[in-house]
Amino acid sequence: MRKIKEFFVEKLILICGLASIFFVVLIFLFLSKEGLAVFRSVRPLDFLLGRNWYPISEPAQLGILPLICGSLLVTLGAAIISIPIGVACAVYISEVAPLKIKEVLKAGIELLAAIPSVVLGFIGMVTLVPWVKSIFHIPTGLTALSGSIMLAFMAMPTIVSVAEDALYSVPKTYKEGAFALGATHWQTIWRVMLPAASSGIVAAVMLGIGRVIGETMAVMMITGNAAVIPHSILVPVRTLTATIAAEMGEAVVGSEHYFALFAIGIVLFIISFIINVTADLFLHNRR
Amino acid sequence: MRNTQRSQKIAFFFLSLATLLIVVPVGLIVVIIIQKGLPAINWQFLTDIPRQGMRAGGIFPAIVGTFYLVLGAIIFALPIGLLAAIYLSEYAKDNILNRIIKLAIINLSGVPSVVYGLFGLALFVVFFKFGASILSGSLTLGIMILPIIITTSREALESVPQSFREVSLSLGASKWQTIRHIVLPNAIPGILTGTILGLGRAAGETAPILFTVAAFYLPQLPKSIFDQAMALPYHLYVISTQVPNVDEKIRYGTALVLLTLVLFMNLIAIIIRYNFRKKKKW
Repeated sequence: MRKIKEFFVEKLILICGLASIFFVVLIFLFLSKEGLAVFRSVRPLDFLLGRNWYPISEPAQLGILPLICGSLLVTLGAAIISIPIGVACAVYISEVAPLKIKEVLKAGIELLAAIPSVVLGFIGMVTLVPWVKSIFHIPTGLTALSGSIMLAFMAMPTIVSVAEDALYSVPKTYKEGAFALGATHWQTIWRVMLPAASSGIVAAVMLGIGRVIGETMAVMMITGNAAVIPHSILVPVRTLTATIAAEMGEAVVGSEHYFALFAIGIVLFIISFIINVTADLFLHNRR
Repeated sequence: MRNTQRSQKIAFFFLSLATLLIVVPVGLIVVIIIQKGLPAINWQFLTDIPRQGMRAGGIFPAIVGTFYLVLGAIIFALPIGLLAAIYLSEYAKDNILNRIIKLAIINLSGVPSVVYGLFGLALFVVFFKFGASILSGSLTLGIMILPIIITTSREALESVPQSFREVSLSLGASKWQTIRHIVLPNAIPGILTGTILGLGRAAGETAPILFTVAAFYLPQLPKSIFDQAMALPYHLYVISTQVPNVDEKIRYGTALVLLTLVLFMNLIAIIIRYNFRKKKKW
């Protein structure tokens, strides 16, 4: 009797173990089921490289290039801000900070990661957006730049914690060897620790960027939502994620617009898939 | 020699500057929200329905909605996540299947939250015909927090020393008995940490519930799991972007309630983990 029970328990455990594969496949299947239908009316290349996104005009123009550019611009800005600051903070926490401050800082970074994106978006709206407007003397502060700054704060916790892990896992002997040769602490960090942890740091940066590309609410609230190809960082843009979030509520189930939004979902899914798999390769490459 | 010392000083200065650049704004964000939100918080704000087109009254339905959603998500995700973690730490061999499972978990945790929303819409709302409902929203959130629960629970299970298992097995206990009576009890604090982190994440996310459950304005409490519901993060989004002329105080108040809820859960998780690490005897 107990044997039978254990047999079932172990089968159940196996099934649950496979659940994550099942859900990834399920997500991809259902995105495809709804999203691929859009290619009955638009050719894939025209969809990806079309310069006009007018989903509700007659006939609908479904080109997501402006949205891709919006996402890229905001992400690039966030990366430029968050990568140096994030990596420097990781070095500070793992190498320089005294033990007590280290614990506090780590908890602080964790809390930053926990702040809901809608709260950050709200705070961005009421503080950052007016600042950007008055500093640059532009008609609206809802710009790609505001989005980049806010998103940088969402990427930093990921970058800091993964990079800090990478630095921590560098063997102690490397450091001791460098010290024994008379190197200063900073020389050791710069010439020994950072190169030794480089693949982990690359992974950290990639995961941070992945977080930024997928971020939705804050971006929708502070980038101004204009689906045109941006020519500067001080104009409103609209990202892939914000388009889905803003328009799905109005799209009729089964309409061309609805299918197009799912197709954008496929694009996002594939981007995040590539980023995560590559980052994982970098993480496993270390040593 | 003096030169290298000086460059070290300059370098360390910039490192601490970078750290301040992260820590100070975070502190400011929290302080601003507390300072401007606190005056809005009173008993009526927490227990009344929104009135006058959400420009007055309270946020009670949104609090209740978020509570139901989080509860539903954890009821779905905890058993599956825990069993998956048991599989990975106790049963899985180091083979290609194990590698694929780990890759799948990494991917699940990287999928953008709005894509979860699309998926929930396609699968639960349209395909299963649950409609926009607490059920659809909870299941969507549940799948989203699954990787958090699996990863933290697995770490907790793996940190139980191998010798515990060996002793139990050598006393004649079966593998499942060993897991059930020896490994699990020793891993509970870690599992709890993961669960609470998952709860916090589910409570704060907006994009996955946009099309699966969230109601713009619903001045009553949901009666069944097939009803729509208001939710705190979506409510904050609505009153700060969709409804004009909402009193600043109400916006900050809502942000404060949401932030407190999420940070409180994270703080509990951090404390449990800290105490557990300190008490650990092995």
